[in-house]
Amino acid sequence: MSTLIELQELERYFKTPKGQLHAVDKISMKFEQGTTMGVVGESGCGKSTLARTIIHLQEPTGGKMFFEGEDMTHPNKAMIKRLRNHMQIIFQDPYMTLNPRYTVEDTLKEPLVLSGKYTKGESLNKEIRRLMDMIGISGRLRMSYPHELSGGRRQRVGIGRALAMDPKFIACDEPVASLDVSIQAQIINLLQDLQKDFGLTYMFVTHDMSVVRFISHDISVMYLGQLVETSPSQELFERPLHPYSKALLSAIPTTDIDKPRERIRLKGELMSPINPKPGCRFLPRCEYATEACQQPQKLEELLPGHFVACCRARQLNNLS
Amino acid sequence: MEKLEKEKTWKEDRHDGPPRGWDKNKEKKEGKHGRRDHHHKHGLSGEIPGADPGTILSVRDLWVEYTSGTQLIKAVNGVSFDIKRGESLGLVGESGCGKSTIAKALLKILPEISSRIRGEMWYEGVEMAAASEEQMLKIRGEEISMIFQDPMTALNPVKRVIDQVSAVVRLHNPGMPKTKAERISIDMLKEVGIGEERVRDYPHQFSGGMQQRVEVAIGLSCKPKLLLADEPTTALDVTIQAQVLDMMRTLMHEKNTALLLITHNLGIVAEMCDYVAVLYGGEIVEYGSKREVFKDPRHPYTIGLFGAIPDMHGQGERLQPIEGVMPEPSDLPDGCKFHTRCPYATDECKSGTMPVVDLGGTHRCQCCRLDEVKAIREKEGKA
Repeated sequence: MSTLIELQELERYFKTPKGQLHAVDKISMKFEQGTTMGVVGESGCGKSTLARTIIHLQEPTGGKMFFEGEDMTHPNKAMIKRLRNHMQIIFQDPYMTLNPRYTVEDTLKEPLVLSGKYTKGESLNKEIRRLMDMIGISGRLRMSYPHELSGGRRQRVGIGRALAMDPKFIACDEPVASLDVSIQAQIINLLQDLQKDFGLTYMFVTHDMSVVRFISHDISVMYLGQLVETSPSQELFERPLHPYSKALLSAIPTTDIDKPRERIRLKGELMSPINPKPGCRFLPRCEYATEACQQPQKLEELLPGHFVACCRARQLNNLS
Repeated sequence: MEKLEKEKTWKEDRHDGPPRGWDKNKEKKEGKHGRRDHHHKHGLSGEIPGADPGTILSVRDLWVEYTSGTQLIKAVNGVSFDIKRGESLGLVGESGCGKSTIAKALLKILPEISSRIRGEMWYEGVEMAAASEEQMLKIRGEEISMIFQDPMTALNPVKRVIDQVSAVVRLHNPGMPKTKAERISIDMLKEVGIGEERVRDYPHQFSGGMQQRVEVAIGLSCKPKLLLADEPTTALDVTIQAQVLDMMRTLMHEKNTALLLITHNLGIVAEMCDYVAVLYGGEIVEYGSKREVFKDPRHPYTIGLFGAIPDMHGQGERLQPIEGVMPEPSDLPDGCKFHTRCPYATDECKSGTMPVVDLGGTHRCQCCRLDEVKAIREKEGKA
């Protein structure tokens, strides 16, 4: 397994009238080839901004990014074009992101033509047909417009558009949040099949914990722009170490009616992400907070592959 | 043409207006719902037990149709259920199954021009389908209140949130001084976690979660006896969702409020509800206590739903999605509404009315092949 994308202390700040908004704050992360990294956190924690920054829909304001070892922090135009071939995104609401005046064929054709690989009628046609087969859209829908498609099919077209470039990395920004349960399962299966067939690397941004546990190999938990915990998926659900991850996981409603979860109730409101204090961002809501928490927190490997940014995690979880 | 004929048949075999043989004295003799049995049995109608004085809401054979252009949209097709005081019923189903329509029909807030409600909705001795608008004004908010799904469209964007809460309080307490109503509203907002310093803000100044809490505050401000919650937490983060659910639970404990919870999240149903009704194509296809439905789902659609949620699977397993898509409510198939997607469907399922099978306890299921389905699943080692 090789590292496809590496982030080093990546920052994306926004200027607001009130000061600097730390949407993504010094995030270091690795995306291994062919695996899925789930990114979870509450709305406003910067997970979508992180996804957009990685694929260069937004420029980072600090830190470094590497794609297959090559520095891609501030790419020039030619490099962006090349990177777009390798990195694509699937958005939450396929209806908002598909051109309402484009048929399924138009939507899939555009990236193929732009890539310059398919210009001739016949090969282009064949490629569109191949894409439609891949995403499970039947041929009769080729001339349909987005408003004629159901939510699940629209999302399939969105996935098809991302796949047209034959990418290595796809950022999925809440791809199933707006879909019904039965349709959601179809899309998740499709994403998993595609990963198996093409060795795709996913970044899976979501706030739905049961979906993320199911699809991810590793999970990163974000809180107010910072990474608080990252670990293999199974391990995180069995043994969350950060107080915030614990509260987050305990809040998931479970369908197991025999074993209701012990819930940790969070008090207080989120801190403002504008000019935040240097200490732990979770401090005002954390019941274990001490003096030491007012210092900046470092991500530490407490268990193999399991990193936590909490100075009290070791003690709270009885780790030596 | 075919559509019209279909409509005619169901119109003929049920009656309109005041129910047959209905007089007020009978209510006293037999209790409020003594005459359930007279009803034509559509879906699970009239067969759910539990019609006693503890029942706060009793829906019998409810049909709702919309007209949209030339299309007739059959949103709810003969739904019946009861809710007892202090109990909660979860209505589960996918978009387009008619679950929100049921809640809106209960409050009679569907557009009058394009929708038609048939059937009976008994609330505390009042039959709401026939109730006047004045009666409904008393009931709405004070007796039955509703939390809507999308707070951004449910809140008034040009009014401060405190005014929106106190408007409801004052409406149901005529003559209450403004300051007192505001005091109550501030307390209510505090209870949902909105501090006094923010109550004079406008909805757009709040995050989605905070907006939803304002809505919950409005819904709970009059301490209703029955709360209709239409996907109250769908737009919220899990931690906020947990808070909102806690609040609803507290209300149920303190005021013995009954809850009709509409959701597609089976986890929330498992945490909040005593009973579950699974809706498909405007019909209740399976009904039972939480334990009955979760431990022994019998309808192929319910089984499909459980197979599709990642929560019930280990990592690396494959989800079993339900193939196909929900039929349009304007174009529902004959026979079992689910037969177009059902892996166990045979010709038998394609026409006629599906029988409602009593599975013991409160568990009921509307399917003509229950035993066969069970046998097939046992053979496959799935049940």
